Amino acid sequence: MKALRNLVDRVKPNFEKGGKFEKLHATFDAFETFLFVPDTVTHTGSHIRDSIDLKRTMSMVIVALLPALLFGMFNVGLQHYRVFGEISVGDPYTFDLIWKCFWFGLLKVLPIIIVSYVVGLGIEFIFAQIRGHEVNEGFLVTGFLIPLVMPVEVPLWMVAVATAFSVIIGKEVFGGTGMNIFNPALLARAFIFFAYTPYISGDKVWVAGLNKAPENIVDSYSGATPLADVTTTISEGAEIVNWSNGSSPIDWIIGTIPGSIGETSTIAILLGALFLLFTGVASWRIMLSVFAGGYIMGLIFNLIGLNAIMDMPAYYHLIIGGFAFGAVFMATDPVTGSQTNTGKWIYGFSIGVLAVLLRVLNPGYPEGMMLSILFMNAMTPLIDHYVVQANVNKRKKRLKTAVN
Amino acid sequence: MNNTEKEPLFSAKNRNIFLSPLGSNNPITIQILGICSALAVTAKLKPAFVMALSVIAVTTMANLIVSLLRNTIPARIRIIVQLVVVAALVILVDQILKAYVYDVSKQLSVYVGLIITNCIIMGRLEAFALANNPWPSFLDGIGNGLGYGLILIILGFVRELFGAGSIWGVKIIPDSWYISNGGFYSDNGLMLLPPMALICVGIIIWITNSKKKA
Repeated sequence: MKALRNLVDRVKPNFEKGGKFEKLHATFDAFETFLFVPDTVTHTGSHIRDSIDLKRTMSMVIVALLPALLFGMFNVGLQHYRVFGEISVGDPYTFDLIWKCFWFGLLKVLPIIIVSYVVGLGIEFIFAQIRGHEVNEGFLVTGFLIPLVMPVEVPLWMVAVATAFSVIIGKEVFGGTGMNIFNPALLARAFIFFAYTPYISGDKVWVAGLNKAPENIVDSYSGATPLADVTTTISEGAEIVNWSNGSSPIDWIIGTIPGSIGETSTIAILLGALFLLFTGVASWRIMLSVFAGGYIMGLIFNLIGLNAIMDMPAYYHLIIGGFAFGAVFMATDPVTGSQTNTGKWIYGFSIGVLAVLLRVLNPGYPEGMMLSILFMNAMTPLIDHYVVQANVNKRKKRLKTAVN
Repeated sequence: MNNTEKEPLFSAKNRNIFLSPLGSNNPITIQILGICSALAVTAKLKPAFVMALSVIAVTTMANLIVSLLRNTIPARIRIIVQLVVVAALVILVDQILKAYVYDVSKQLSVYVGLIITNCIIMGRLEAFALANNPWPSFLDGIGNGLGYGLILIILGFVRELFGAGSIWGVKIIPDSWYISNGGFYSDNGLMLLPPMALICVGIIIWITNSKKKA
């Protein structure tokens, strides 16, 4: 640690005003503040400051995402070997089997993570240099979230294009980290969803190798996600939902199902959620209200009960697809989420309601969670405005009665 | 009055009237007019080009006619008169398109008729033709039509190239590149949707604005 500090201090003058690499100051600053908590303090006025700065907060989110990522890597391997018959569903989870699956998944997922970080950070650094401000750290989390919401078979150049799109159009246009209207990671996913639809939907892309060698797969094993099962049920008008591979709620909670890399395991996501809530990084109001909104909308559909999906137990919605992942990691984004406490309840609840509404009523967009979060991101300023105005009016009224 | 009559046809002032809508006062990127049709007809280059020609014809002729009529139109009914002129021209254009390029006319569907409501045309009539001589009005009409057409063609080019892999209906990107044929490439479906056209317009505005500042 000391040696590193010394090294940084030794090269620092080169990047200060008048130094050799003055132009690269923003780049240097980004690395220095990433490695060490900066010792600069506020010079004017009095402020109460936490010692935790943005870079440290973002690192917390990364830690919270690790269970989902590690499980996702394991699951990528597991689904691959299951589809090609090397592992059958009943096999005991020995250490060897877990390691084999994990290693396969690691090799599959790592390139996606690298591409997302290299492209995203590259663009961030370029913009920071041009504009002469610090490199913002928001992308640390975004770059980690993007691979987790991708199907494992997504072509890498699509990840690169989507990342570039979300960083430039989603963030830099609005002025960089903290100014963006939409969640950049979800924007990247939405971009691929609308631009390259066949590569992020259907039943071939969620399992590694399935789209390249569909003839070698085990009979009766399907790469369809539970959400895809739901859409097929709606479009075929079936009486009951036919879950592929006979998966049950237990499988969805553990996460041994096909799906986007990080979204399948509800348990791993909840572990991350606990960590976020314990450290106070994410808002419990948003998380709770998203789940409540989804559950209540599910119950309402149970009452209507016109088809198999409406009759599906309401809690199913919370554990299939990206609902839990979106609720914990996407909706709680402090920049694009609501800022006021009342607003957080409205914002979260609407996300849950809209997500289930889209899933049940519009089979064209199976992943309602993504679209509902993006939609509510756009509504957030309006919600906050009215919450603040309501408070102002309440206080005005109170003042009036006090004066009278 | 004498001075204006002696002014040469292509004086600096007239050149500016003609050229400024192409760049520094572009109707789409600077005045943000006519966005609707710019989003609707630019998924392919060919309809975008035909639309651009139609709008150039209509703005030019409408500007000329209204400028000739300007001293006889009562101010209170000028909008109606302008609309009649524009509507008549649009119907002419529509009939010509139907007669000679029927397939493109079908692709453009209602948007040819909607040229009547294109803000650029009414805007130029109100702001320029009603107050200027026929010749400058004529130049202003061509200039604004070209400025609009320029952006349409850029949009049509980019959207067709990335959205369908072709230009003017001719496949540019080789078939063997596509994932379905064992390659790596895939067309960007979002390019064919209006939201991406809006984003493309935004990017063009971004570029022109930052150029102007620099």
